Amino acid sequence: MAALFVLAGVGRAAVLPDDRADLLWHDWSGGGVTVDGPSILVRKKVTDSLSLAANYYVDMISSASVDVLSSASPYKETRRQGSISADFIHGNTTYSGGYIESNEPDYKARTAFLSVSESMFGDLTTVSFGFTRGWDKVGEDIYPHGYAAGGRMTTWVGDADHRNWQASISQILTRNLLLGINFETDESDGYLQSPYRSARYLAPDGTVQSEPQVTPNTRTGNAGSLQLKYYLPWHAAVDGNYRVYHDTWGILAHTIGAGYTQPVLRSWTLNANVRYYRQSAAVFYSDLFPFEDSQNFMSRDRELAQFHDISYGLGATWQFHPAWPHWLEKGTLNLDYNRMHIAYSDFHDFGRPGGSPAGIPLYGYDAGITQFFISLWY
Amino acid sequence: MRHALLLATGAILIASLPAGCSAPQPWVKPYEREHLADPIMSFDPNPVSNTYLDHAFEVREGARGATGSVGGGCGCN
Repeated sequence: MAALFVLAGVGRAAVLPDDRADLLWHDWSGGGVTVDGPSILVRKKVTDSLSLAANYYVDMISSASVDVLSSASPYKETRRQGSISADFIHGNTTYSGGYIESNEPDYKARTAFLSVSESMFGDLTTVSFGFTRGWDKVGEDIYPHGYAAGGRMTTWVGDADHRNWQASISQILTRNLLLGINFETDESDGYLQSPYRSARYLAPDGTVQSEPQVTPNTRTGNAGSLQLKYYLPWHAAVDGNYRVYHDTWGILAHTIGAGYTQPVLRSWTLNANVRYYRQSAAVFYSDLFPFEDSQNFMSRDRELAQFHDISYGLGATWQFHPAWPHWLEKGTLNLDYNRMHIAYSDFHDFGRPGGSPAGIPLYGYDAGITQFFISLWY
Repeated sequence: MRHALLLATGAILIASLPAGCSAPQPWVKPYEREHLADPIMSFDPNPVSNTYLDHAFEVREGARGATGSVGGGCGCN
């Protein structure tokens, strides 16, 4: 954990986040999967130097993805996540910490995080360091009498531990230009694979058969990102970002994005964004291994394949100032929609084991991501 | 251990910088930051929304991190 530090010199006091409440409804639909649910955040200053926040988030999952259909039946599941956090300011320094708990029938995750940020050089620069620690418990659900008959049994198959270190700098470059730089290292060890996925190999009879996946029990990744935001003279903003990621599983990924924000009329703000992502495959990934037990580590997880995705988004915000209750300062209604297209370079939907791999096209799908939320400041 | 030492070294270097040399004067004065204070210039104007979108991408992609948001784990297969 980074040492706490106090700086002398020119500077102004740090500022706590605004008191606000957000009620959001999210919806993901694509690839045979629908995930929707609420996210509720409430934040309030309890003293001049302490702000507390709580968040409740739900994923209601209905999945008939290619992975599910290739080995099982469509299923429904609910994940619930709760978190609490605190921000404490002392002079130029902000100390933040929190705890997140996520529960679903076959996966339990506990996460704790701490961070320190300091503004300096007349608040032109803000430096932050953070540490996150996670403890996961991984299970596998089975239905001895079939999914439709119920009677779920959960077997706990392993644990996974995570440690993340973050460092970031936010820098005012000019009166119109902001720069953000982020670094993050994450280390994971333990059971790091999905118990539901299996690898595929080409059997001697020319059919596709399945075998258990085996992934390494450690993974270390490093990410660095850069973000710029520029104020345009007609009261608008344009931003760009780039991230590179590389890990010990051999995945190298690049993300590039851009956005534009334009207030219109008195109360509306419109925004548009585009994002492009591409990654190389993990070194032990293959869509179809040449024969059974061909290597020590084998995975056919799509998330570890070589692919690219591109998403476009549009959003609209309407700001209002309610006359009642008097303690409400302002509110916004927001609607955002992102359309994502993902195309795999080395993943085919072979379906259930026993079929031929011939003539099956590369897999890809489109997904819609919708967010509707109301935010209130008080 | 190695990462903790790296972060601690960075923190100590940052802490000692103003003590060891004169800090640069702000080249953007407080009264020139009107545009920067505009809500449209915030990197993260809606944390709940941005955290959700980061989560939606992270579940389906191999890369993670350096987005500015902190998330918990999930068995999102």
